[in-house]
Amino acid sequence: MIFRINNLRSKFIVVCLLPLLWLCVDIAFDNLGSNPVQALHIRLGDWSLRFLCLTLAITPIQTITKWRGMADYRQLFGLYAFFYASLHLLGYLLADHALMWRIIGIDIIESPYIWFGVLAYGIIFLLALTSPKWAKKRMGKTWKKLHRLIYIAAVAAIIHYFWQLKGNLAEPLFYSIIVFLLLGFRVLVWVKNRQLTKMMIPTGQRVLALAEKQGVIQEAPRKQR
Amino acid sequence: MIIKTKNDIPASEITDPLIFRGRRKIIKAVLAVMGAGAGISPILADSNKPAWADLPTGDFSADLLTPTPAELIKNYTNYYEFSFNKKDAANLAQNLRTDPWSVEISGEVEKPGSYYLEDVLRQQTLQERIYRFRCVEGWSMVVPWVGFSLGELLKTVKPLSTAQFVKFTAVYQPEIMLKQRNNAMLEWPYVEGLRIDEAMHPLTILAVGMYGDILPKQNGAPLRLVVPWKYGFKSIKAIVKIELLKRPPVTSWNQFAPNEYGFYSNVNPAVAHPRWSQSSERQLGSGFFTPRRQTELFNGYGEQVASLYSDMDLRHFF
Repeated sequence: MIFRINNLRSKFIVVCLLPLLWLCVDIAFDNLGSNPVQALHIRLGDWSLRFLCLTLAITPIQTITKWRGMADYRQLFGLYAFFYASLHLLGYLLADHALMWRIIGIDIIESPYIWFGVLAYGIIFLLALTSPKWAKKRMGKTWKKLHRLIYIAAVAAIIHYFWQLKGNLAEPLFYSIIVFLLLGFRVLVWVKNRQLTKMMIPTGQRVLALAEKQGVIQEAPRKQR
Repeated sequence: MIIKTKNDIPASEITDPLIFRGRRKIIKAVLAVMGAGAGISPILADSNKPAWADLPTGDFSADLLTPTPAELIKNYTNYYEFSFNKKDAANLAQNLRTDPWSVEISGEVEKPGSYYLEDVLRQQTLQERIYRFRCVEGWSMVVPWVGFSLGELLKTVKPLSTAQFVKFTAVYQPEIMLKQRNNAMLEWPYVEGLRIDEAMHPLTILAVGMYGDILPKQNGAPLRLVVPWKYGFKSIKAIVKIELLKRPPVTSWNQFAPNEYGFYSNVNPAVAHPRWSQSSERQLGSGFFTPRRQTELFNGYGEQVASLYSDMDLRHFF
């Protein structure tokens, strides 16, 4: 039987590995310029940030287009953000520092830009760890709260990018605008929901009071999200 | 002046002297063949022939340092006048007009004036100086510069006793230099400065070449400063004006971010940049899984220059 990838999600899984393949080709052909170690950091960091932006973009796309079933892609892109961030970290520890822990220690302590990278990675690590469906089910509401930390991870990643640069701020600026728009969308939705809730609370309370009075229900049901 | 060569260079940095000399012989033989009959003025020389093929390696060039391959040096250089991207800058810098070139020397001197570069070169003794070069961004290389002592040049214009500082101004060609045209980032033209004793120090040179040939445009042609114990941005490129002053000049990076880039900017692993550590450096030419080099105080030139700063708190005067 011929092996066929006929599922769209499987295709995405393969496509998301292309940046890594491209990087490997560039390493093999010595295409990374005069400072290949630095180029490796930038390349892997960039891809991690791109996947993080993609992950954040799923919800707005879903809201606007009313498409369903995109949560799977959010998980996929999120895991790839984690994957490239992990390679980025391994590149730092192995390719750049050859596991010289003393120098690594000094470097981390003295470099505030790295603190933000560590924060972003710590968060993404936790999110990747709790990404399976069974974890989501088991954690219930905590899962949602925990996974909101992705916003902090995105902002920390942007600061991490900005703070290691002396010049050429164009690229991090580009990602900041993207992340700003994606986070801004959430704020808009949140404000809108709050206003809706405010409008609905008086009506809701009247209905509830009436229902309780008539003995239809015993107590107020828990407020929905 | 006692000239000492440091002998505690880590083994990883040392090329077997025999191999090294062998290499140099081969290079020199090749250069000699290519440059046969290149007796013409270096500036006018055919661009295919190295300008100074047989230059003796001069003082302070720890002969044990292996120079970084020329291609790496040429393609990895900050030249913010052209672009904030190193590779783009290297390409765009080819448009720079460097011929003819003259340098104005003025301020607290007896003999101010404007001097053609050819005339300056005729007066000065060129030497090859193999120096470490450490960028504030955390990378380093070893460059075989061709240059002459800045101090010797300054002596010819007779500095007055009131001259305490030296201000260097780089070329202003906004029609070619995009970032100057757009007023991007720094105040243009680029300005750097030294204290007079730093400027007169025998380690400080004005470079006109590297690897025995005329300086590539992206590396600062036709005339640049090289101060090997300071971060690279102090070594200003394409100099058109040298002024001797009573007061310290306002320098470009210091003006842009005074808490990040000090006037002195001596290489110092103990004083971190506010956003990143300066404790180690990535040497160009070293591959993956090679540890970073541990940065040395004064970039390893402490024996020669530490005395200039003996009574100073280097953490304060960073």
